[in-house]
Amino acid sequence: MTWVNAVIQGMLLGGLYALIACGLSLTFGVMRIVNLAHGDLAVCGAYLGLVLSTFFGVPVWFTLPLLLPVAFAVGVVLQVLLYGRALRHGVLAPVPVTFGLSVMIENLLQVAATSDPRGLNGGALALASFHIGSITVSWLFLAAFLTACAVLSGLQLLLSRTLWGRKVRATSDDLDTARLVGIKVRPVFATVAGIAVATAALAGVFIGTIGTFDPLTGTNVLIFAFEAVVIGGIGSLWGTLVGGVIMGVTQVVVGQANQAYAVLAVNLLFLAVLTVRPGGLFTSRQAVREIQGQGAPG
Amino acid sequence: MTPPQALLEVAGLDVFYGDFQALFGVSMSVTPGGATALVGANGAGKTTLLRTIAGAQPAASGFVRYDGSDITAAPPHQRICRGIALVPEGRKLFPSLTVEENIQVGAAAAASDAWPLERIYAAFPVIARRRRQRASTLSGGEQQAVAIARALAAGPSLLLLDEISLGLAPLLVEELYETLSGLRSAGATLVIVEQDLRRAMDACDSLVCLLEGRVALAAPVASVSRDEVVAAYFGEGTP
Repeated sequence: MTWVNAVIQGMLLGGLYALIACGLSLTFGVMRIVNLAHGDLAVCGAYLGLVLSTFFGVPVWFTLPLLLPVAFAVGVVLQVLLYGRALRHGVLAPVPVTFGLSVMIENLLQVAATSDPRGLNGGALALASFHIGSITVSWLFLAAFLTACAVLSGLQLLLSRTLWGRKVRATSDDLDTARLVGIKVRPVFATVAGIAVATAALAGVFIGTIGTFDPLTGTNVLIFAFEAVVIGGIGSLWGTLVGGVIMGVTQVVVGQANQAYAVLAVNLLFLAVLTVRPGGLFTSRQAVREIQGQGAPG
Repeated sequence: MTPPQALLEVAGLDVFYGDFQALFGVSMSVTPGGATALVGANGAGKTTLLRTIAGAQPAASGFVRYDGSDITAAPPHQRICRGIALVPEGRKLFPSLTVEENIQVGAAAAASDAWPLERIYAAFPVIARRRRQRASTLSGGEQQAVAIARALAAGPSLLLLDEISLGLAPLLVEELYETLSGLRSAGATLVIVEQDLRRAMDACDSLVCLLEGRVALAAPVASVSRDEVVAAYFGEGTP
């Protein structure tokens, strides 16, 4: 029964990984930006949640209606001021730019908030749990998992059913032609960047409620998000969820046997997937061709 | 008698790709309702000229005037709003979108709603049957029809067509050109890049031949012989 429990806890943890990763996946899929500051932006979301929930004296959940729009706006501003300009100098330019952003965020957070680990006030939800037979399920982990599912389904629905979604996918397929057929790509990029930071901040709030965070947490968050994206397959949101769940299950099941090897096992799994299926588990061959065959329009 | 006001006027266009100059002082004008064939060898600058007119390539000097106003600096979506649509070389459909989604994206910045989906499907019954399929699963001819449909969805008055017959069976090319003559009688103005000189001269009423980025010949089709065009095409002597 402990193993069944481990699998269930792992799946729930995996939802959180997918929530962190979906913004990374979207940014890479649409703008071809590997955002090395993604994890730090998630941690910024957690700090903002800390400030707001302390200021208003409420559990962090009640600050989300304010926190998420702010995070969205931050994403838009970053796209307009930073990523967009960097992209004009080629696909590799955003890598050092976002790396620099990551270093700056981590150091600014250390100056502003010290290196002390913090936790967020999750209210009654943070401690509540329920039982299925002998298995205890935390409402907080379940909430994180369900939130991840809702966010991913919502994004998937937006992408497949709306005009905005069609523009995003067309831009992701072929930027040059998207411009040519009249798509204004700057608003597309800006909204995608906004959604990426908003989902990262939401994930950050869950990270800060489930565990603790400090200014350097972002690097680990980034690695997990990156691995979930690669395992699941770039450009596939459902793949990202499955990737996150596979990671979560691996981590908790291996941790059940020996806690020292839990994170190592996840990283080894990542390496194995990268070796056997470099495109990820759920990437269409189309997407792999797209990514490999990138070049100047003929 | 004054000549009819040009719908599109291009003058003195210089266009560069980095240090490489692709167009040298190119000028041409297109009258409303006309069909202009743009011919020339590979690398002569035909695609560059169309992309510059569509706004995908900036002009270093010269101007593009459309319907009386200067659009040299306008981004592509503004030009589409004004009625210029390009069918790019190699079709360039969005592979992960369905046929219908490709057409809907084309209508995003439309100049008019002259071409709603029903009218497009009536004009291209072959793609109506495939509307829910991904564009990448279609045959070459079907994809070309979708590419034209995507441009038409923008409700253009000026349609730029870049090598639409490339890689297609002669029968399909015949069908596409019949569709084009239908568009013309409906009032559209066309600029057609075509490798097949005979077909270009049959379908169009004026002709511009580019040679190494310069206009080698510009004349009404009726007033030039095939030999003159071939001479301009290869740069043999100066007409």
